[in-house]
Amino acid sequence: MIKAILIFNNHGKPRLSKFYEHYNEDIEQQIIRETFHLVSKRDENVCNFLEGGLLIGGSDNKLIYRHYATLYFVFCVDSAESELGILDLIQVFVETLDKCFENVCELDLIFHVDKVHHILAEMVMGGMVLETNMNEIITQVDAQVKMERSEAGIAGAPARAVSAVKNMNLPEMPKNINIGDISIKVPNLPNLPNLPNLPNLPSFK
Amino acid sequence: MPAVSKGDGMRGLAVFISDIRNCKSKEAEIKRINKELANIRSKFKGDKALDGYSKKKYVCKLLFIFLLGHDIDFGHMEAVNLLSSNKYTEKQIGYLFISVLVNSNSELIRLINNAIKNDLSSRNPTFMCLALHCIANVGSREMAEAFAGEIPRILVAGDTMDSVKQSAALCLLRLYKTSPDLVLMGEWTSRVVHLLNDQHMGVVTAAISLITCLSQKNPDEFKTCVSLAVSRLSRIVSSASTDLQDYTYYFVPAPWLSCKLLRLLQCYPPPEDGAVKGRLVECLETILNKAQEPPKSKKVQHSNAKNAILFEAIALIIHYDSEPNLLVRACNQLGQFLQHRETNLRYLALESMCTLASSEFSHEAVKTHIETVINALKTERDVSVRQRAADLLYAMCDRSNAKQIVAEMLSYLETADYSIREEMVLKVAILAEKYAVDYSWYVDTILNLIRIAGDYVSEEVWYRVIQIVINRDDVQGYAAKTVFEALQAPACHENMVKVGGYILGEFGNLIAGDPRSSPLVQFNLLHSKFHLCSVPTRALLLSAYIKFINLFPETKSTIQEVLRCDSQIRNSDVELQQRAVEYLKLSSIASTDVLATVLEEMPPFPERESSILAKLKKKKGPGAVSAGELEEGKREGGEVNGAERPGDNAAIAASNASTPSPSADLLGLRSAAPVSAAPVSAGSLLVDVFSEAGPAASTAGVNDDGFLSCSSALSSAPPSVVSEDPAPPLPESDELLNKFVCKNNGVLFENQLLQIGIKSEYRQNLGKLPNTLRNIVLLIFIALLNEILLNVQLKPVDPLVEGGAQVQQVINIECLSDFSDAPLLNIKFRYGGALQNLSLKLPVTINKFFQPTEMSSHDFFQRWKQLSQPQQEAQKIFKANHPMDTEVLKAKLLGLGTALLDNVDPNPENFVCAGVIQTKAQQIGCLLRLEPNAQAQMYRLTLRSSKDTVAKRLCELLSEQF
Repeated sequence: MIKAILIFNNHGKPRLSKFYEHYNEDIEQQIIRETFHLVSKRDENVCNFLEGGLLIGGSDNKLIYRHYATLYFVFCVDSAESELGILDLIQVFVETLDKCFENVCELDLIFHVDKVHHILAEMVMGGMVLETNMNEIITQVDAQVKMERSEAGIAGAPARAVSAVKNMNLPEMPKNINIGDISIKVPNLPNLPNLPNLPNLPSFK
Repeated sequence: MPAVSKGDGMRGLAVFISDIRNCKSKEAEIKRINKELANIRSKFKGDKALDGYSKKKYVCKLLFIFLLGHDIDFGHMEAVNLLSSNKYTEKQIGYLFISVLVNSNSELIRLINNAIKNDLSSRNPTFMCLALHCIANVGSREMAEAFAGEIPRILVAGDTMDSVKQSAALCLLRLYKTSPDLVLMGEWTSRVVHLLNDQHMGVVTAAISLITCLSQKNPDEFKTCVSLAVSRLSRIVSSASTDLQDYTYYFVPAPWLSCKLLRLLQCYPPPEDGAVKGRLVECLETILNKAQEPPKSKKVQHSNAKNAILFEAIALIIHYDSEPNLLVRACNQLGQFLQHRETNLRYLALESMCTLASSEFSHEAVKTHIETVINALKTERDVSVRQRAADLLYAMCDRSNAKQIVAEMLSYLETADYSIREEMVLKVAILAEKYAVDYSWYVDTILNLIRIAGDYVSEEVWYRVIQIVINRDDVQGYAAKTVFEALQAPACHENMVKVGGYILGEFGNLIAGDPRSSPLVQFNLLHSKFHLCSVPTRALLLSAYIKFINLFPETKSTIQEVLRCDSQIRNSDVELQQRAVEYLKLSSIASTDVLATVLEEMPPFPERESSILAKLKKKKGPGAVSAGELEEGKREGGEVNGAERPGDNAAIAASNASTPSPSADLLGLRSAAPVSAAPVSAGSLLVDVFSEAGPAASTAGVNDDGFLSCSSALSSAPPSVVSEDPAPPLPESDELLNKFVCKNNGVLFENQLLQIGIKSEYRQNLGKLPNTLRNIVLLIFIALLNEILLNVQLKPVDPLVEGGAQVQQVINIECLSDFSDAPLLNIKFRYGGALQNLSLKLPVTINKFFQPTEMSSHDFFQRWKQLSQPQQEAQKIFKANHPMDTEVLKAKLLGLGTALLDNVDPNPENFVCAGVIQTKAQQIGCLLRLEPNAQAQMYRLTLRSSKDTVAKRLCELLSEQF
């Protein structure tokens, strides 16, 4: 089973953490730090598997990860999972994110944590894989978005209008560029350097 | 169109996130977060009712704050309120908050359960899925109580949408894992199994995880899934890359599902039905063939998916361990991967080969890759891969390549990564001990180990070398010499000083003849290291010094001088000071005789399980190593003690270990045949160690048929006089035998003439290094209560034994294959002119050859399920003959020789044990479960074993014990 799915950036900032076993919050944060420490010190072009850190169960568990541009996607799994299978699963997850967000980048994950959770929930449930077919996953996510839109159409319209007006007065909002995230694209400014399209990355480290 | 457009987020949330990201310091961030938390708190507490949108916004903010690692201690109620909203977006965010933030023991569960109940009965598939997700994420006992009955219904109902079915399957799995007692599959079983045939591949994907878990727990009930899984697999494997449309991943049809199907099959033994088996073998061959085909795509995903299936297929082949053809092909395939340019494949190939190395069909084939693996150990850039290479070398090691592998591992240690050094050191130490042909090699290896990686040599390792040197007198001189040389290095590791101090203190006299290592030179060498050492080592050295005073009286004054100086006798460390004072006094007061007695050479250590092995097990966690160790034992069985034995066809060979000389270790075991009048039937066993070999026996000289006969003190008759047929075993001998099933020591027989005591012990690989067989040494004390004259030819003891004296006989027994009749012990002697002939059953029962096996609960049940054929099980229900005391039961089960496994059986009242019976022919795994019923004063005992006769015999033996 999948014990945890963690996404963090090159500096170790968590961008998504989903635990399928209960740990208390402190331990969860420690696991994220420990995992980052284990994964980030590894060279490029080494293998994508390593034994899990002590906190999450040591050598009984494996960390299977991929490094895409600024983000690490780490799945912590027990021995019942196929390593290469999980690697494919990460790829399906990322490709799905890429389709849903149209060239996904770190900022999308930051500003749409809920969406990322929903997409993940269509793939993995309670630590087990629910669906591996990308089109099926996207169909489900699309259906949700449609529902959201239709609901927003009735009730959310005023709020959305207000929000749109306020947005205009808030030029700094979308433009904030954090020092740590220089390479991140800025939404609404498509000509800034964008992250490469994920599925076409030559190497999947 | 992207599914999530970026404009429609919540503005307040975006602003907050941006603020946080703009914070220049951690303090600023915390300040901003606290401000926001206060704001949200006041909003939630405020009088104004919040609309759904605001609630959603605040809950999202809380989620974000939680992700940053801050505790969230409020908002739960608002989230629960969102659940009952009939707007999808609000409901969804409520569920998200709960699945991320609520843990299973929250008080809110009842409220949440209510909301879930409503959604499950809403017949709106989206809401149902949200509710099922929530159950699967939280998975608490209360939820199981509330929904365990409902969910199977949803899962198998004809009108349930596919997406709901998928969620229901995994939801049920989660509940089954948390509360197996609440999920009753009974009536649903066959319909759940048939989900494997579902048209929708997503449903199959979800269902297979459920079925795999259920099959592991109840293999018999779910047996039908094997044929369904095989046919599903075969349809996938033989389909073209386009047939499965969306489930084709980079030209590979349904790789994930294929892997899962192959995993499911690993829960079961090979299918018995010939047609099913044929189809499966065909699938496996197709998968192996596909590996050789040119890739359909250059993308790494394509080869990944293909190889994921291939590795699972290989794992299944290894699991079956019955198709030599496939095994060899698998081995060759892995051999190719060992040199593949993809690091991932090299890693996995090394890992799979480790398990392959334990199969008798492929062990030799694995060994052919030794050079590649050694090369991997030296050149791989990735420490994970190097670690796997080291594991594989350890697994493929046997007597033929031990020297090479140990040498390579030693040389690798010099540059090895810090993270794996300790484990490497343990492995080298174990291999060196296990495969030592001569002890000097062993001593060299361990001393090298200390020299190269002294910091990583744990206490256990150097304890062990000392134990072995002390127990083996043929290596003591060599060890003293070697350690003396090693200590001459200008900088040597403290562990070396410890070993050196101990060994020279015990055996320094063996090299003192050489003027280059005269007593004083030895002492000065040790003492030159003294000041650089830590307190415990100094304490050890002080003990070595006092031993020197005993060994070499000429060093007395020098050493007393050292002990007397202030830095010793007034040392601030109490332990050192005490030793210095006491040793000084001892050396000046005690006479040489007293000194010699007090400081006598250490007695041999009792032989027990290698402490290093225990350490490695601890490091690896239970289960991990035990399996590996068993595998090694399995291979060893065929090679050791290869000498021809006359009694090879008997199940037990006994050898005489009473003499230290290894050349005289075989006590010829005569088969029952010559003793025509033997009361036992032809097939049964007779170890008549004590009867003599007919007229050939003479009173003196070496007699390799060693025997014991007794004759009257006055008659001085030639031994041939006493050559008689053994008497039939005493009627009570069966009862006597039963006393010894769970214990090893005690009095076997007693009458007015003599008393026979038994002391048996497992001789593990300590001391007798190359031998991994678990021999039993039986020490038979014959206490003669009256005056009898003994003529003992088995070993050179005084033939005249006074009344009340003891004679000790050591029988070394090796189990060749399983047996059910205990060997007979035949004792003859003359007393008062009358020939006494006594036959007893030697308390050697099959369980004496148990090697305990620690395993995790998961492993235990997996193996339990693997032994599911009816003849592999023996069960008995019987009344308790003794009080049902838990501690007594535990002691008995431990005495049986198995490992008593804690926390395996869900019912804490029950006992489960696991062990492997080591016979020369094979290893027989046995699992045991004892279920006491205190009210009825009954027990139910179940044994499963890979060999039916063993399960039956153990069941018979044990049912007499409780």
